[in-house]
Amino acid sequence: MEKHITLPLTNELVSSLQAGDMVYLTGIVYSARDAAHKRMIETLEKKEALPFDLKGQTIYYLGPTPAREGQVIGSAGPTTASRMDKYTPALLELGLKGMIGKGKRSPQVIDSMKKNHAVYFAAVGGAGALLSRQIRKSRVIAYEDLGTEAIREMYVEEFPVIVVIDAQGTDLYQRP
Amino acid sequence: MREIDVQTISDAVRELCIRINYELSGDMQEALMKAAETETSELGGKILGILEENLKVAKEEQIPICQDTGMAVVFLEIGQEVHFTGGDLEEAVNRGVARGYTEGYLRKSVVRDPLDRVNTGDNTPAVIHYQIVQGDQVTITLAPKGFGSENMSRVCMLKPADGEEGVLNAIVSAVKEAGPNACPPVVVGVGIGGTFEKCALLAKKALTRPVGSTSGKPHIAELERKALERINELKIGPAGLGGRVTALAVQIETYPTHIAGLPVGINICCHVNRHIRTVI
Repeated sequence: MEKHITLPLTNELVSSLQAGDMVYLTGIVYSARDAAHKRMIETLEKKEALPFDLKGQTIYYLGPTPAREGQVIGSAGPTTASRMDKYTPALLELGLKGMIGKGKRSPQVIDSMKKNHAVYFAAVGGAGALLSRQIRKSRVIAYEDLGTEAIREMYVEEFPVIVVIDAQGTDLYQRP
Repeated sequence: MREIDVQTISDAVRELCIRINYELSGDMQEALMKAAETETSELGGKILGILEENLKVAKEEQIPICQDTGMAVVFLEIGQEVHFTGGDLEEAVNRGVARGYTEGYLRKSVVRDPLDRVNTGDNTPAVIHYQIVQGDQVTITLAPKGFGSENMSRVCMLKPADGEEGVLNAIVSAVKEAGPNACPPVVVGVGIGGTFEKCALLAKKALTRPVGSTSGKPHIAELERKALERINELKIGPAGLGGRVTALAVQIETYPTHIAGLPVGINICCHVNRHIRTVI
């Protein structure tokens, strides 16, 4: 089914999504990939506050290319999600509701998604030029020293994704 | 003896880095177009359409095809009649990569140490493979490699008794386990023979062959065909969401090996299989 959703995600919105749905997202998403995840977890271990409140938010596993003058962002497609698996359950426990990436997730992440009522979307890998057009605003809000791996707050409009794993744990990659 | 200033090499590397990240080579474009014609899954077809559109947008609007603009892998075939002047060759290559990635608005994806993981800020160093050949020319092949698919690659030290079937199983299971992670439709580079490191290097080199070309050795060409057929029976499909086109090509290079061994290197590349060559 095709759906158009305004972020942030609520429990009701998450419940309405099923593996296989084509979804167009509008609203705020945060970019974070390997190094930013590692640093967020270290921050939590030190009992310090994260750069943004995870409640209801969506993280896009992304490290873009630099923007040219006049561009909002450079090429901006998804990176492989499984590298974030080790860090993900802790973030889901803090209220993270959505993740955008590509590729498989671990059983631990899927269990935590079911427990915390969250959804995992895939964007088309290797379509970063096309996807960048749907990102209308972008600013680095934390970890600037990480370069492409910094955390960005981005406003996306009609950003196309597919629900790969829904909150019931149904996994589109595991189809018969 | 022919003298070549290393700055010429550096300038060429810069140019190649930029060019290949904004426009795929003709063989890859053609392979993707052909894939769209043969894909029977509706969603698979749609995704291949998106990839074609992405290539168009990348070229027209000057946005890199993929945000992972790769670690620069450089093959240098150097004629033995060449004498380099003007400085250190390796430094010149890295200077070309740094300028290409900085001036070309490409992503800096390289960290200085695999464990402390501090970004070098200019995508250097490149991985450089040197080969001394006959003549007085230098052939530069640049293949910026994305790591979504690199992470799904492997080396299998098979036994001679495993034979052709063992090789086929190794190739197919690597692609199967990679699934959606490697951004299918993939190109599979395979190196068979040599030693542990030689088969991996052959696999990487195989990815730089024009996609759609077949091995000059009939039994290897047949193996390429069989492997491709079996991979496309997996139905992983474009983006791993189901379909007929899981791989665009399987390309195999071979080398003599030891009586006790059958090394197989499998280097998977996503559909953004960037390779470009120039002769100086």
